[in-house]
Amino acid sequence: MSLGRAGRGRAPLSLLLPACVTVALLLLPLAYLVVRASSGGGRGWRVLTRSNTLDLLWSTGLLVVGVTLASMTIGVSVAWLTTRTDIPGRRLWAVGAALPLVIPSYVAAFCLLGAFGPRGLLQQLLGVERLPEIYGYWGALAALTLSTYPYVLLLVSAALRDLDPALEEAGRGLGRSPFEVFRRVTLPALRPSIGAGALLVALYTLSDFGVVSLMRYDALTRAIYLQYKSLFDRTPAAVLALVLVALTALVLWLESRWRRRVSRSGPGTARRPRPHRLGRWRWPALVYCGGVVGAFLAVPAAVLVYWLARGLDRAEVPWREVANSMSASALAAVAAALAAIPIALLATRFPTRLTRLLERSSFAGNALPGIVIALSLVFFAANYASPLYQTLALLVFAYVVRFLPQALAGVESALSSVGPRVEEAARALGRGPVSAAFTVTVPLIRSGIFAGAALVFLSAMKELPATLLLRPIGFETLATEIWKTTSVGAYSRAALPALLLIAVSAPFVYFLSSRHEPTEVEHG
Amino acid sequence: MKKLTVLLAALALAGCGGDDKAASDTLTVYSGREEELVEPLFERFEEETGITVDVRYADSAELAATIAEEGGNSPADVFFAQDPGSLGAVEDQLAELPEAVLDRVDARFRDSGGRWVGTSGRARVLVYNTDELSEGDVPDSVFDLTDPKWKGKVGLPPTNASFQAFVTAMRLDAGEERTREWLEGLKANEPKFYEKNTPVVEAVASGEIEVGLVNHYYLYLVKEELGEDAPIANKYLPGDDPGALVSVAGAGVLASAEHSDAAERFVGFLLADEQQRFYTEEAEEAESPLVEGIDPMEGVPTLDELAGRGPDVDLSSFGGELEKTLELLNETGYTS
Repeated sequence: MSLGRAGRGRAPLSLLLPACVTVALLLLPLAYLVVRASSGGGRGWRVLTRSNTLDLLWSTGLLVVGVTLASMTIGVSVAWLTTRTDIPGRRLWAVGAALPLVIPSYVAAFCLLGAFGPRGLLQQLLGVERLPEIYGYWGALAALTLSTYPYVLLLVSAALRDLDPALEEAGRGLGRSPFEVFRRVTLPALRPSIGAGALLVALYTLSDFGVVSLMRYDALTRAIYLQYKSLFDRTPAAVLALVLVALTALVLWLESRWRRRVSRSGPGTARRPRPHRLGRWRWPALVYCGGVVGAFLAVPAAVLVYWLARGLDRAEVPWREVANSMSASALAAVAAALAAIPIALLATRFPTRLTRLLERSSFAGNALPGIVIALSLVFFAANYASPLYQTLALLVFAYVVRFLPQALAGVESALSSVGPRVEEAARALGRGPVSAAFTVTVPLIRSGIFAGAALVFLSAMKELPATLLLRPIGFETLATEIWKTTSVGAYSRAALPALLLIAVSAPFVYFLSSRHEPTEVEHG
Repeated sequence: MKKLTVLLAALALAGCGGDDKAASDTLTVYSGREEELVEPLFERFEEETGITVDVRYADSAELAATIAEEGGNSPADVFFAQDPGSLGAVEDQLAELPEAVLDRVDARFRDSGGRWVGTSGRARVLVYNTDELSEGDVPDSVFDLTDPKWKGKVGLPPTNASFQAFVTAMRLDAGEERTREWLEGLKANEPKFYEKNTPVVEAVASGEIEVGLVNHYYLYLVKEELGEDAPIANKYLPGDDPGALVSVAGAGVLASAEHSDAAERFVGFLLADEQQRFYTEEAEEAESPLVEGIDPMEGVPTLDELAGRGPDVDLSSFGGELEKTLELLNETGYTS
């Protein structure tokens, strides 16, 4: 059994059952959309044939491709610089560049507008009449890249740390240049983590509404929101949302094709590689990292601090909101991680058509805008599970529906780097498949499970549209606090909850960006 | 991991605990009006009646969609909305209000079927930058904004409910054709689009644009944030110009309401003199009171002025007209 890809027995029922139940629940929004889309008869489908639906598809695709490429470029390059080179302040850059993950994308958009928008801070500083227009494609691209490239950075950094440096060192020993080693040896080994990161980025971009609306860019989500405002008829919105689901399927297909060409190199040894000496490239590398951290972390933070200073006299620390945000998000993180483990184990250890289908289906909710998830759960819970309606449990469930794939990404990337050999050894010693998975593999991938849970936690902290409609009455979170104040234009009062959101999320990013950091050379 | 599961279940159950207190002394309100603006009204009601008010705040249209999805199981007793369109969208789920409540306001400002009632008024205005323009420079009719001299200088929020209500009013008053021509003419002038009213007013204040199509009270909100000396002012359009439309925020009681007595009492409370005065004396946003005998804040039109202003249209038909308006805005390139 060389790499243990197949032929390792049938998927055990004890994993299949929880996975099937989870996926069935995750598919509720999709069921709702089908019900809504078909209830309107032909009227809803008229939306599809409208000429600007094609335009919407095109502009949405353009944005997804742009954000994904930008995030891959920034994420992979910073990950390589901070794990494989002797760039000064390595750890500092690694953490600083990952931190924008905690900035909600709508806050990022507000901040970019505050900094670079018409009569924004930059314009005041420079004292010029006009700056290039930030609204539209480039503004949306910048704000979305800001809040999504850390997914790629974190997953690729972790993979780089787990990658046996012996491979790269062998490459260098054969006289290859660092760039060539990167291209021929490192990059192919990083495929799964780049793919997983890019997938999260692409799906986030598909589902985002806050940025495209603030930057006035016509994407599908914006059209869906507008349709909900036509109130009487929820059919067109459902039809457009199904188009979004179709796009999600396309993205998933692309990612799995990309992942298929994976060369797994085995578990490898966790030790710090001999860093590349940057030499005269040190300064350009520093400027690059400084530019990334400056543009994506320092600028938003500066704008928020400026707003905070302007309204400091009225500022009151929203402790209750901090506690609510953290408890709801922590519950979501735990629930998502638990739900992800069986699905991930099935997909990686018992790869059949069914288990792969289960895994892919769990992405259904991830690319749908929050309002669609929220209304579908309103529909099901109010009518078929009314004791659960508007409870914390339902809110947590909504977070799981939206963010389970992030937990999955953490668990799966850890699983793919552990390799099945230890598990096979356990089975050879008489353990059953499930017992082997839980006693041998799960402890080994603990850090991956925590990483997935942390990603879910961070996303839930930022979530707004589903929170607004599904939270228990009076349950205020930091995100709803930001919404409440920005919707009346009181940015000075939005700054404190936004900064608090960043502050309480930051330790999790620190954990994510420093995990797998080998402390000394050890032999594995 | 078992411990975690138990903890999770315990916390989830704790979240369900709220149902027991559904006694007669509570009231559930879905509010599409911002917490910042209306919370004091809820507090006063609680003080005066001893009834606990649970408020769910969200966007008016989203709440209307929520009520529609909830159907007969809606936990809401009262729907307090930003615009007649959202109220009209769920009018089938609203109960008829008592005469005594309806009679507090002019027939123009309530549902013709008696299912919702306006609680405060808002006039459409042209907000302008006082550094760039004097009041005389600002046109007297929205129809003049298609003049090429306004090219690139006008801002509006095409997806905002109040803007769409204004377009509906223009359709009903001036006709489909004229409205389409106006929208196309204005579009040729390359107006700037914003997400909501507030950013339009902020853009006027910053000089990004010179004139904006908004509701009157956003001026006061933006001044609150930017300071009294922000270079912005409202121009109320004269006569029956569609740009002088007066619309309302309003409230209705759900037919499925569990606490319908308290709910009716609350809507009546909103229309009592004292609460109407709230809009003129305390509220940040200076809406217009709708009850006879209460004077608005200085600079805001009085009830008589409001009632005589704007096109003669039926606000309660706006919900049903919205679809056509959206289609027109879509066809003329304002929304997608």
